Amino acid sequence: MRLVKQGRIATDIFLHVADGAELPEDGAILIPAARFLENAETLSQRADKIGVIWPNNRDLDDLVPYLDRVVVVALVFPSFRDGRAYSQARLLRERYGFKGELRATGQVLRDQFVFMLRAGFDAFEVKKDADADAFAETVKRYTVFYQPTGDGRVTALNRRMQLRHSESASQ
Amino acid sequence: MYAYDELDRTLINERVSEFRDQVKRRLSGELTEDEFKMLRLQNGVYLQLHAYMFRVAIPYGTLSSKQLRRLAHVARRYDRGYGHFTTRQNIQYNWIKLADLPDALADLAEVGIHAMQTSGNNTRNVTSDQWAGVAPGEIEDPRIWSELLRQYTTLHPEFSFLPRKFKFAITASEHDRAAIKVHDIGLRLLKNADGETGFEVLVGGGLGRTPFIGKTIKPFVHGRDLLSYVEAILRVYNQYGRRDNIYKARIKILVHELGIEKFAKEVDEEWKLMGDSALTLDNSVVEEVRSRFSYPAYEKLPHMPDELKQAAHDPLFERWRKNSVTPHKVQGYSIVTLSLKPVGGPPGDATADQMDAIADLADKYSFGEIRVGHEQNLALPHVAKRDLPALWKALDRIGVATPNVNLVTDIIACPGLDYCSLANARSIPIAQELTRRFSNHDTASLIGRLHINISGCINACGHHHVGHIGILGVEKNNEEYYQITIGGRADENAEVGTLIGPAVPYAEVADVIEDIVEAYLALRDRPEELFVDTVKRLGVEPFKERVYATR
Repeated sequence: MRLVKQGRIATDIFLHVADGAELPEDGAILIPAARFLENAETLSQRADKIGVIWPNNRDLDDLVPYLDRVVVVALVFPSFRDGRAYSQARLLRERYGFKGELRATGQVLRDQFVFMLRAGFDAFEVKKDADADAFAETVKRYTVFYQPTGDGRVTALNRRMQLRHSESASQ
Repeated sequence: MYAYDELDRTLINERVSEFRDQVKRRLSGELTEDEFKMLRLQNGVYLQLHAYMFRVAIPYGTLSSKQLRRLAHVARRYDRGYGHFTTRQNIQYNWIKLADLPDALADLAEVGIHAMQTSGNNTRNVTSDQWAGVAPGEIEDPRIWSELLRQYTTLHPEFSFLPRKFKFAITASEHDRAAIKVHDIGLRLLKNADGETGFEVLVGGGLGRTPFIGKTIKPFVHGRDLLSYVEAILRVYNQYGRRDNIYKARIKILVHELGIEKFAKEVDEEWKLMGDSALTLDNSVVEEVRSRFSYPAYEKLPHMPDELKQAAHDPLFERWRKNSVTPHKVQGYSIVTLSLKPVGGPPGDATADQMDAIADLADKYSFGEIRVGHEQNLALPHVAKRDLPALWKALDRIGVATPNVNLVTDIIACPGLDYCSLANARSIPIAQELTRRFSNHDTASLIGRLHINISGCINACGHHHVGHIGILGVEKNNEEYYQITIGGRADENAEVGTLIGPAVPYAEVADVIEDIVEAYLALRDRPEELFVDTVKRLGVEPFKERVYATR
């Protein structure tokens, strides 16, 4: 597994704390949602960075009050066929304005990169090294997008309208 | 016709190159079959009994002659010289090799055809009335909206991994030829009191293991809000649709389990939260897409040209005309249906030579345009009436003028056990046998409109639930048995058929169907009462008595 962040292979500074495992005194941690919520107020006070692993079947409403205190939200793809986290990602970015790191975890293959970027992910725990290495070229694969999402890429419809306007302006 | 622009072309070329890379990675072993499965399914490639099956989209059933020739080319070059038109405005090739697929896709992309999302758990090909834009009385051409939806659903970053497949159908006519009530989302185009375009939105229709007729979730959604409302539905479904059981994963089950009121409330809440969405379609955007649809320059022609008067003396021509030719919105023109249901043939198949010939005839007689309908027939949508006699002769020569449109031999059937790895029983030979039994045109004509639908398994690709007579293949002690339902229909009065009695073995199916038809002829109160109406009036019992009395 390799971490790709901002388009590059990166070192993961976050310690993944499993359920039941002891919390380290300091250092950046990534902890499961249930454990975070049990003790959210105290955990949010930690001096070091904290991120939360949010399951794809848990309502985001429980997380929203803490979004300004977590630096990472890691969403989960238990299998690449399970697309619930795409909706969660868009809601976090586009509805709740989450500005921190949005990390894709679980079954992450290169064939999902473009979808994930468009949904708002900016960090990827990539299952296969070869896929992580191919990140930069894979995400260049598409230059045309039909749907507006929060990622700011201009849609085909908008490009057409711009083209129309510039054509009529030049006449 | 919708003309692709540079952006549409770029996108499908990018998709072809991505798929080429995916196939390469599969062939080199970099991808496991399990990983590749999802990727190939997103591009219409199934693994069947004997080979890969490749399903290509024909969005809203509109094809140019150039595109049809290219479909013929793919059949000839990469397959065994024929293709199979499906109930959802797709064409399938049954013998394609994995290594050839990227080239076949690239050839298709050159004429603006793709196979994106023709299978897999995503939003499928958007289907529409095959007579869109030419049917008399149509409110407006629904293909503008179909195309907007096609673009919106293509490679959607949020909804490409849904709990299960998801199908849209649109109609803008009172008579529903697009079967919108048995789709995940069905859209009926309407005008509001101010003359603005919008849609009655139906949700949760579908066939398969648990058939449901779609329910109205909103009686009117303004055209400008169509995409945002659809997004709200899809988001609720993506989050709450069941993923624990493939047979309970369609939106129809979610709608059924929550109830339409609660589901509608969830969707409305989501829709409100979306607020003023970037998906709002202002008029200029809709007009932009509309402007890329071209329409024929029709001539001013007489309602009854001399050629037609003369040909009326030929009973064979008249027989065909009465059956296969329907009114066009423009005087002097007709819509001509081409039957892909010859006696003894597999329903919906066309050879590459037939496709080429039809493309030539479309150029000569139909402004280069062809339509594909969900009944697995083709149509030439703009034929001048004066050309009908000449066209008929040409169609007859290539075997697509069987005068059985909407009659008992116009059978819808899935590929069944002859091709499909999911099937429990054969469909095609049943259809073939039935076309032989009812091959006498006068008998078929006497029977009148009667739709037989055959599915080789519970997945219901042959839409047996909504056939006037539905035939479903099941397996019983390693033998092919068939359950028979009657009274189903897929139109604006859609209904799921009722089981008539115990399943019957393969060899008896055609006899049973003959008995049902005979019962109908005896029971109908006048010749104009259609089979479905007789079943509606009398219920299943009198049919059951007659069919099972001697069995």
